[in-house]
Amino acid sequence: MKILVCISNVPDTTTRIAIGPDGKSISTAGIQWIINPWDELALTRALELKDVGRVTEVVVANVGPTLTEATLRKALATGADRALRVNTEPTDAWSVAINLAELIKNEAFDVILCGIESSDHNGSVVGGLLAGILDMNIISSVSGLDIEGDTLKVQREIAGGKELHETSAPVVLVVQKGIALAPRIPSMRGIMMARTKPLLTSDPVSSEPMTATAQLFMPKAKGACRMVDAENAGDLIRLLHEEAKVI
Amino acid sequence: MNFEFTEEQLMIRQAARDFAQRELIVDVLERDEKGIYPTQHVKMLAELGFLGMLVDPQYDGGGMDTVSYVLAMEEISKIDASVSVIMSVNNSLVCYGIQEFGTEEQKQKYLKPLARGETTGAFLLSEPEAGSDATSQKTTAEDKGDHYLVNGTKNWITCGSSAGTYVVIAQTYPEKAHRGINALIVERNSPGISVGPHENKMGLRSSDTNSVMFTDVKVPKENRIGEDGFGFKFAMKTLEGGRIGIAAQALGIAAGAFERSVQYAKERKAFGTLIGNHQAIAFKLADMAVKIENARNLCLKAAWLKDQNQPYGIASAMAKQYAADIAMEVTTEAVQIHGGYGYVKEYHVERLMREAKLTQIYEGTSEIQKIVISRDVLKD
Amino acid sequence: MSILVYTENREGKFKKQSFELVSYAHALAQLAGREVIALSVGEVADDELKQLGEYGASRIIAIDYSGHLESRNFSKLIHHWVGALGPDIVLFADNNTGKSLAGGVAARLKAGVVSGVSGLPISMEPFILSKMVYTGKVNAQIQINTHHKVVLLAGNSFGVHTNPVTSIIEHHNIVAELASPSSELLSTEMQKGKILLSEAEVVVSGGRGMKGPENWGPIEELAGLLGAATACTRPVSDEGWRPHTEHVGQTGKVINPNIYFAFGISGAIQHVAGVSRSKVIVAVNKDPEAAIFSVADYGIVGDVNQALPQLIAAAKTLKDNA
Repeated sequence: MKILVCISNVPDTTTRIAIGPDGKSISTAGIQWIINPWDELALTRALELKDVGRVTEVVVANVGPTLTEATLRKALATGADRALRVNTEPTDAWSVAINLAELIKNEAFDVILCGIESSDHNGSVVGGLLAGILDMNIISSVSGLDIEGDTLKVQREIAGGKELHETSAPVVLVVQKGIALAPRIPSMRGIMMARTKPLLTSDPVSSEPMTATAQLFMPKAKGACRMVDAENAGDLIRLLHEEAKVI
Repeated sequence: MNFEFTEEQLMIRQAARDFAQRELIVDVLERDEKGIYPTQHVKMLAELGFLGMLVDPQYDGGGMDTVSYVLAMEEISKIDASVSVIMSVNNSLVCYGIQEFGTEEQKQKYLKPLARGETTGAFLLSEPEAGSDATSQKTTAEDKGDHYLVNGTKNWITCGSSAGTYVVIAQTYPEKAHRGINALIVERNSPGISVGPHENKMGLRSSDTNSVMFTDVKVPKENRIGEDGFGFKFAMKTLEGGRIGIAAQALGIAAGAFERSVQYAKERKAFGTLIGNHQAIAFKLADMAVKIENARNLCLKAAWLKDQNQPYGIASAMAKQYAADIAMEVTTEAVQIHGGYGYVKEYHVERLMREAKLTQIYEGTSEIQKIVISRDVLKD
Repeated sequence: MSILVYTENREGKFKKQSFELVSYAHALAQLAGREVIALSVGEVADDELKQLGEYGASRIIAIDYSGHLESRNFSKLIHHWVGALGPDIVLFADNNTGKSLAGGVAARLKAGVVSGVSGLPISMEPFILSKMVYTGKVNAQIQINTHHKVVLLAGNSFGVHTNPVTSIIEHHNIVAELASPSSELLSTEMQKGKILLSEAEVVVSGGRGMKGPENWGPIEELAGLLGAATACTRPVSDEGWRPHTEHVGQTGKVINPNIYFAFGISGAIQHVAGVSRSKVIVAVNKDPEAAIFSVADYGIVGDVNQALPQLIAAAKTLKDNA
């Protein structure tokens, strides 16, 4: 089986976000870029499956400008076999999906893994769009994946429970927390081997933006916290009932 | 001049940071309190390739440069110096020494498993009556034709009990003084070796430090590193590189205490405002930042010189002396900034202060570094 | 024109989020002069279907189907009905089901799609929606440029509001052209009696300050009294004290209940990102300088183990008097 892991390049989750002068994008000064945390877990699971011989090749792909190559090389250092980059600054989820779809039309993959959302735009629709464009089946909110021969065993989280699915390839799996315990840390050997692994760049397909950011602004600061004496903790329940009217 | 790190160096720093902040932090207080050797963490260090990161890939190492090593040592030392010292001794004393001066057979037999981290190394130089003074070795390695017979006691040996491979410095020709010293690779489980109890130390409490006694220990001749009588020079050369590791460790201890102090200054309030808004605290933080930046630059300069195959002995002495001394200052101030919280173990800074102290003592005290530096300054 | 709402059911009963979605569609329809059509798939009795009318759906399309539809075919089915009914706005709940269907529907419609939406559109022409980005750190206004608009509404962000209308129920079989299925649902395992974190109006949560899994009894007891779901921080789920399904925060679940109780939670930025949209946050922490107090509305500085029994007693009294 051959796995494609779609990788989003996002600001480090501890970064303080500031809005840029255009009011529609964030200021990128001083931002450290990382692999989107859910994509990193997807990659980790793909590599674990390769370790046990269930997967023959793990390829990573990103739609983004040259800046994102550092992120792809980190994925290679972590253990991916090769990387693909579509050279464009994506305008919305559609432009990411249509370009990823183009890669998959040119090269067959058995499993396509996407993180459930990216920690920047929190769109959580790329996987669905991709499967829609390719007319592939999709299983979302995946928290467990095993491969037995030609069959994939997929555990999916649903509200208040779990489902176990069995599916054949090709399939798009949108993964969430639980798919792997913790993201894999690249080893020195991996970092050394990444030097010689291929990272191929391709040109984008043209697309009209379906959505656009009209404006970004910072949320209003919260008012002061009303303190309740620890000796009268029970009084809090009364306040919540009578004053805040939430219970 | 170029102060920029390569993408690879940044990746190594991040890998070390992730490992430290995710894995090492978890039980570091308990390991320190109870003096528990970090068995699992050393295994992870080996899997990630940190234990042999400086070794040539043909001997199963990571083939990374010394700059990367400094970055990794700093990140790991921010959280746990007991783990970073194991990494430092293995990389810059034991592996470096064998790779640089050992025979091909020694590299195949001993360097490879050390680089893979299957076993770790220890460097046996200090003696009960000779810590800083490496010229007066009481441990003897008597030439018995096809082997040496080693007798004597080594003290303050980092990884003395956990290591599988020793590099032992011993006197073969007492009449030749330091020119009669040899360096031998000795297997830890050789008959005649007995290891003393784990020293109950002030800091780095979870790394094992022991005395090691040798009684008629047979060491094959082929385990001698370099020519007959090369031992003292070997030790001096090896320690030059070792200083970079400990300098980076001291830097990391300081930086770890500094980061915690900045965080605390942004969270803790006194007199109605965050303590970081009080100049008394803000200026302390500024002083700490400058010292750390200086130490970092000295460490990186020494590492860079080593990577460029230029002499780095003086640069590494400067880096070690300065980084160790400021680590002590910075960690002491960090405890002060934390006030009462700083004096209790939960807040880590008192531990970092205890760890900092050792960096002024081992692998050449700050005073020894000053001797090295001043001799160079005054030479004709 | 119309608004099509996909109303999800579980075992023949509509989820609360379905009623919220219809309430939202009704408010949107008032703004835009549209009809609200609900689409239900599965075996749902007419009495239950009728309820959708209580919240503002005037037309209810019920697809009577008892099997499992894989997401690809489910998207095709919804796409078919968009074609047949001609809505320009298609609404989904922003939950695991909505996330697995909306993209497929949008791709087939070549429509712009926005998830995590809270509140009614800021403007209908152009069509601009509000949502949080950078995991709660930034507010965004997103414009959809296409004729068809696919919207995923964040759970508990609008609330359930009754707007009774006369409704017509139409029963249909699947008529859309579906692909032969490539997957099979082997089993489903539901946690019994638990209130869903994603739907809960009240959430009681614990952090590392709880000291250990053995101290969760009072948290569960308080949650039980308040009809709340339980949650935890990342370190707690990483330590295995609580299941990872309870983890709320940047890489866990993002929730917006009416009230969020944070016991022994310091308020790390990654955690706050997941709960900052709660209407009221209550924090109990022994450290008066804990960051959680800067985002909390009500706070108690003190030991959680002393505060919890008092809160439980007060909640019991409140319940008894109600």
